[in-house]
Amino acid sequence: MPENVRTLYSEKVMEHFRNPRNVGDMEKPDGIGHVGNPVCGDIMELYIKVKDNTIVDAKFKTFGCGAAIATSSMVTEMVKGKTIAEALEISNRAVAEALGGLPPIKMHCSVLAEEALKSAIDDYYAKRK
Amino acid sequence: MKPIYLDYAATTPTHPEVVKAMLPYFTEVFGNPSSIYSYGLEAKEALEQARAKVANLIGARDEEIVFTSGGTEADNSALKGVALANESKGNHIITSSIEHHAVSETCKFLEKRGFQVTYLPVDEYGLVNPEDVKKAITVKTILISIMYGNNEVGTIEPIAEIGQIAKEAKVYFHTDAVQTVGHIPIAVDELGVNLLSMSAHKLYGPKGVGALYVRKGTRLVPFLHGGDQEKKRRATTENVPGIVGFGAAAEMAQREMGQEAQRLTHLRDRLIKGILERIEDVRLNGHPKRRLPNNVNISFNFVEGESILLNLDLEGICVSTGSACTSASLEPSAVLLAMGLSHELAHGSLRMTLGKWTTEEEINQVLEVLPRVIAKLRAMSPLMKK
Ligand code: FES
Repeated sequence: MPENVRTLYSEKVMEHFRNPRNVGDMEKPDGIGHVGNPVCGDIMELYIKVKDNTIVDAKFKTFGCGAAIATSSMVTEMVKGKTIAEALEISNRAVAEALGGLPPIKMHCSVLAEEALKSAIDDYYAKRK
Repeated sequence: MKPIYLDYAATTPTHPEVVKAMLPYFTEVFGNPSSIYSYGLEAKEALEQARAKVANLIGARDEEIVFTSGGTEADNSALKGVALANESKGNHIITSSIEHHAVSETCKFLEKRGFQVTYLPVDEYGLVNPEDVKKAITVKTILISIMYGNNEVGTIEPIAEIGQIAKEAKVYFHTDAVQTVGHIPIAVDELGVNLLSMSAHKLYGPKGVGALYVRKGTRLVPFLHGGDQEKKRRATTENVPGIVGFGAAAEMAQREMGQEAQRLTHLRDRLIKGILERIEDVRLNGHPKRRLPNNVNISFNFVEGESILLNLDLEGICVSTGSACTSASLEPSAVLLAMGLSHELAHGSLRMTLGKWTTEEEINQVLEVLPRVIAKLRAMSPLMKK
């Protein structure tokens, strides 16, 4: 980041915002999470691939603010290699903390990330039945 | 490299010439204009010269200018001042649904105190229909307040037509001209307004100073009670350096406005055209012609404004957005919604406002960077269907 640019976000958030990990579609995902943010109207989609009860890959698409993009990116990084049970433990606070914190007004965007993950896991269970 | 500043509607830098004019009034000519010894008289003289310059810029008489702390105070004083002074005549106020918060929030406050407010709709370009104003007037109407140039989408309202209607109905007419004064020629008599709000920092003057034009004979309560300043309309020791700066800025605007408006209109239209040509699924917000010379407001489908803004900031370009994500209330711009935009389009709106130091090269730079930024964000948007 050029030194003269100051933003309302931490360096870590900006890093994920600039270079989001795991963006895009996934071929034949095992679970798809689709959530809308009731607060400001943003949308997040999260796709997971599961093998032996472990999330082996995750991708996302997000229509939202800087915090929404960074938290989507971070949550996809965090779930990779985790068992479903472990993934369900990931809270929005944990995502925000991993990003070096979020401004209070942006915490609701991290909730979106947590919900997108849960929705993807729900979808995975629903599809398995 | 210095960032490219395209948010002149938010605030302008104080012009070095203006700063120079102000400086002596902090130190050498520091007197209180109410004092009758030399220091005071000199300050008083400067105050009155500045008043004449501001009056001149809008075709008013000197004594019709009341200095304030800015545009917001001017709006508040106009609305509350007329409402309180004319309660015995009626309690109805007519305004539009695209006013600046300084007007709309004041109206909401007055509603809680028993006043009735009609919020007129606007068309897809953000224009108020004068006929709607006419129809809304009742025997109880004491004030019409319609802004001159919209701060978000740049639409210029038919103020003279509405002024005519107000005059015939004998109703006071206020206009918030904060974005317009110093940018396009204004003559209060042609507009038929009784009250007109202005702010110095939108025309290369300092922050913290503005004025309300009050047509002779208009009844309103004082903005501040206390001393005799501003002919008892607004007590408090005058902000002499600020007011001198406002005067200098007004004088400069009068001198340069014609040419500058032409230059900016050209750059504005180049920027609009360039974006429409280079990027798909975009929409120009506001009126294509009846538009402030420096305002560009465009919605980009499928992407959100804060993330556009941040990406542009990283590339050294400063703009603003009407997205819900950047407002403290997390509500999208009320102006864009009133014009019929969907939440999503309001979300993806970007405002770029040009000014004195905007160059052709800067516009080229924006036209080069913006398509890249939009493409990057669209690639990660779940709304973008391949
Ligand atoms: S997604 Fe709208 S504020 Fe973060």
